Amino acid sequence: MKRRGLFLLQLGFTLFVCAFLIVPMILSIMAGLTVNYFVGIESGLTVRWVMEVWNGYRDTIFLSIGLSLACLAATLVLGIPAAYVLAKRQTALTRAIEELLVMPVAVPGLATALALIVTYGTLSGFRTSWAFILVGHVLFTLPFMVRSVLAVLMAIDLKTLEEGAASLGAGFWERFRDIVLPNCRQGILAGSLMVVTLSMGEFNMTWLLHTPFTKTLPVGLADAYASLRLEIGSAYTLVFFVMIMPLLLAMQAFAKPRPAKFVAEETE
Amino acid sequence: MRNELRRLIFLLLPAGIFFAAFFLLPMARLFFIGGSGKTGWAAYAAILTEANYFSSLLSTLAVAAATTAATLVISGIAGVFLQRNRFPGNGMLVAMLTFPLAFPGVVIGFMVIMLAGRQGLIGQITQALTGEKLVFAYTLSGLFMGYVYFSIPRTILTVMAAAEKLDPKLEEAARSLGASPWRVVLDVIIPGLKPAFISAGAICFATAVGAFGTAFTLAAKIDVLPMVIYTEFTLSANIAMAAALSFVLGAVTWVVLALARTAAGSSVAAAG
Repeated sequence: MKRRGLFLLQLGFTLFVCAFLIVPMILSIMAGLTVNYFVGIESGLTVRWVMEVWNGYRDTIFLSIGLSLACLAATLVLGIPAAYVLAKRQTALTRAIEELLVMPVAVPGLATALALIVTYGTLSGFRTSWAFILVGHVLFTLPFMVRSVLAVLMAIDLKTLEEGAASLGAGFWERFRDIVLPNCRQGILAGSLMVVTLSMGEFNMTWLLHTPFTKTLPVGLADAYASLRLEIGSAYTLVFFVMIMPLLLAMQAFAKPRPAKFVAEETE
Repeated sequence: MRNELRRLIFLLLPAGIFFAAFFLLPMARLFFIGGSGKTGWAAYAAILTEANYFSSLLSTLAVAAATTAATLVISGIAGVFLQRNRFPGNGMLVAMLTFPLAFPGVVIGFMVIMLAGRQGLIGQITQALTGEKLVFAYTLSGLFMGYVYFSIPRTILTVMAAAEKLDPKLEEAARSLGASPWRVVLDVIIPGLKPAFISAGAICFATAVGAFGTAFTLAAKIDVLPMVIYTEFTLSANIAMAAALSFVLGAVTWVVLALARTAAGSSVAAAG
């Protein structure tokens, strides 16, 4: 009897925490679709605010999508070979390299952004282009790609697989393409989802790195929250939810079969 | 063999060059610029010697510590509960609790406004109950709430992964020896989850110290270090001070995470 009471108490607590996370999202979605949030839902439903966001902030949405895909491409090219090397050689040196690569995640984005500005801010063509933001995003997301691929490479017997292929006459690039890449596609996929999601939502760095012509979605959100009415801010948030939801659901579905391994790595 | 070594270096080169050019070099430059202002290298001590910087350092650390404590308690209870009890709707709850995982700080700030802002739910409820409208979104309490909101999803995932590996036999043994549920929690479950708590707690702390978006959205009266850095940089154009402060901030978060890594023994990546 006592255990049942304990169960209900914990369930109640967990439901309360759930409500804490979900209720504001629902409120915000409602506000974005209500004619006048102050009056309430009685004032009627409308897509007027969503349309206003679409007309005013469409560019930020496209820029964010473009940025996150470019960021993905860069982290794939830079990250997979790096992860392979880190898996292949486990010495004090490679551990130190791994440690260094993770630093942009440990150091606040504000500091990284300031460092980039004081170093490259005077190169005006670079400073005003979206490539400037891309550099920041790649720094911040690269560790997630590397760790995700590395986790898979450490779990498989890379050495035996490669030796087998080599004994059959496969050269290095052949082995890399036909053995290594297919074997770590789980890690690549998980890492890719993480990179795109993080790049889409990055604000700490982007706020300092952006210019009036390179506004990303979160930058636009901050703008809208600061200067426009609550309904428009909410509608904009709704747009963000719609864009990020498929990515998050895919990540969750992906994390399920091997929760211990992937979840622990990916969420850090 | 030499061939292989050369190949490995070649494979590491792109990431290495990128990282050196866009992180190591800029960070070194930031460090020197921090010492190039009116006060010289003393700028690095200003965070301790100047009253206004020191007080914002204290409030930053206080919010971060409170966030860490609250998040660990909340996620510890909910995480262990969800891992231990399988019931219909369990998966749905886990999905909902981890959904805000990748929300940027600005969106978190807006969620706080939705709950505790001028037109927020808490204000409406308290007005109906007591006649007094409770609004705290734009203060340190609002920031604390936002950071807890932000930290719960990732901490719950870490706790659940760790709880899965706990040996239920230990709890059975403790119970059969007559331990009360409380004693089981204190002597078996919490020690078993300690590494997860340390690593998740360090991430909470570091994120709360360095995050900027939430404070920026809630704005105005909130005097935490990232906001001070931003103001120094933009409004006062005091780039040297901003550089020194952000370098110190970066060092603090990095040290916290490094300490946690040694303490927990497992991999503590960093603040998202």
